[in-house]
Amino acid sequence: MKPSKTRTPGARKSQEMPAAVTRRGFLNGLWAVLGLAALAEFLWLAVSFLRPAKPGRTESQADAVVTAGALATFAPGTVTAFQNGAFYLVRLEDGGLLALSCKCTHLGCTVPWVEKEKKFLCPCHASAFDITGSVISSPAARPLDTFTVTVENNIVKVDTGRRFKRSGFDSGQPVYPPKARS
Amino acid sequence: MPPATEKRYKTLNPLGTLVLHFRPRRVPERTLRFTLTWGLGGMAAVLVLLQLFSGTLLKFAYGPLPTQAYESLVRLQEGFLFGRLVRNMHFWSANLLVVVVCLHGLRVFFSGGFHPPRRLNWVVGLSLFILLLLSNLTGYLLPWDQLAYWATTICVGVLEYIPLVGSRLQQVVLGGPQIGPATLRNFFALHTAVFPALIVMLMAFHFWRVRKAGGLVIPRAPAEEPEEKPAMVPTQPDLLLREAAMALAVIAGVLVLSLIFDAPMGQPANPGLSPNPTKAPWYFAGIQELLVHFHPSFALLITAALVFGLFCLPYLDYAEAPAGVWFASATGRRTALIAAAAAALATLLVVALDEYALDTSTMLPNLHPAVSLGLLPTVLLAAALAGLYAVMVKKFQATRLEAVQAVFVFLAVGWVLLTVTCVFFRGQGMKLRWPF
Ligand code: FES
Repeated sequence: MKPSKTRTPGARKSQEMPAAVTRRGFLNGLWAVLGLAALAEFLWLAVSFLRPAKPGRTESQADAVVTAGALATFAPGTVTAFQNGAFYLVRLEDGGLLALSCKCTHLGCTVPWVEKEKKFLCPCHASAFDITGSVISSPAARPLDTFTVTVENNIVKVDTGRRFKRSGFDSGQPVYPPKARS
Repeated sequence: MPPATEKRYKTLNPLGTLVLHFRPRRVPERTLRFTLTWGLGGMAAVLVLLQLFSGTLLKFAYGPLPTQAYESLVRLQEGFLFGRLVRNMHFWSANLLVVVVCLHGLRVFFSGGFHPPRRLNWVVGLSLFILLLLSNLTGYLLPWDQLAYWATTICVGVLEYIPLVGSRLQQVVLGGPQIGPATLRNFFALHTAVFPALIVMLMAFHFWRVRKAGGLVIPRAPAEEPEEKPAMVPTQPDLLLREAAMALAVIAGVLVLSLIFDAPMGQPANPGLSPNPTKAPWYFAGIQELLVHFHPSFALLITAALVFGLFCLPYLDYAEAPAGVWFASATGRRTALIAAAAAALATLLVVALDEYALDTSTMLPNLHPAVSLGLLPTVLLAAALAGLYAVMVKKFQATRLEAVQAVFVFLAVGWVLLTVTCVFFRGQGMKLRWPF
């Protein structure tokens, strides 16, 4: 023990009690802070461990682009399903191209195209969408999401890397291949 | 404690004395009556143990990868001795647990077991119930069959409608943009480590709180005063023997069920094809039925409000605390019955009307769907509940406790009917149909 401490006379000890209590309080506080810091560290560790990897990091952009095929194979007024990319390539009557996500905007079921009724009918809660992906009947609240379509040398490509949410269909959305316009 | 009992107590086997750490040494004699609890809490505990047992075995056979999961279950069922039995046991205990725990909660509520000093334990019990549902949900995906894949898709799809954090949360749960290997990994870890650990810890706390409260509520008639010094009996053997008998009966029951009925197993998961109809597991069917009628955000809001209400139930500052009296009082019984009848009528009427007569989107064409399918019906529902409460207080002179109980009964009956509707009466495209 340090001499400075043993020298303290008994009479002064009681006067120093508050100081001793404060010191204890201080040390307790220190422990508490350290404990909280440890907790925070573990929490931080867990959160960063569990954070999902950014899609860009795992999938290369090139993988996301699906080559759908030659333009001529998509006749106007048809819908072609692409299972691997989970989208439909829609050729509107006027020749416009749309890539619609298969995922129902309600809760995420895969929506089949029903050729007989010319509608996308969701089996899960009976939402219906028309050929442009617009909602015909609820519960789905917004149209089917879209992917970007590009046409190069009469080959149709769809970029499934980014999906676009939209609130309605407008004439700016379909892509018109140069030939179809002429 | 009389000396003879004391001696017997000391010579107990060590297991008995261990169990007694969770238990008072003596319990009020009247709480032993079977019709107080129907042994529901104990049953739940036994079922949890069965789950831990069968689940651990299953873990030795299961491959948590989309490419292996389904195969591994097929192998388990065909190749392992008793493999099918163990899976069936896991399936049946999981489903029974939901039923038993619900009934247990109802029993506690209606026998006034949530008044002080048991308020906190009501909260603990509810948390356990939620953990149980989460366990079941995460376990539902693991077989990786069509049933699992799509039920999980729509359950997780609901998350997207949580304001602000919804899509982020969904991403975290799924571990990516859609259900895939990461989702299965997440669910497997949650199902086999996180939730069981939490459940076991909370269960211990739950039991300990029962002991702290001096055992169960002592049943009594509405007019009867609570006893000052109830007659006590030793926990061992009076209570433990009864519980052991109950446990054996539950185990036998689960075994028989598992021998006769197989756990369902559909086709392997196919992300490109949603079966028609796709339904959530039955314990979430109530929410799914709400989703048929409400905008998703509001269906979620209603569910969240109900859960919040349940948590608040013990803290509503009641004038009286008739612990042990079934349905609080004579008025309580009457009002509960009326509320149940009203709920049955209202629910069936609304479900049928919404299906066949009402079409809000054409009736109110220039309203946003969030209003016509969300805000409007939600406000109507809230008004109906407030009306019910007011009628109970004004017309039937119900106290706050009785009126709250009536609202609870109304919602509980409604919820059960919604669940039944969704499970049995919804066919292709979620249209109403006759099940038989
Ligand atoms: S998921 Fe398509 S209607 Fe619900």
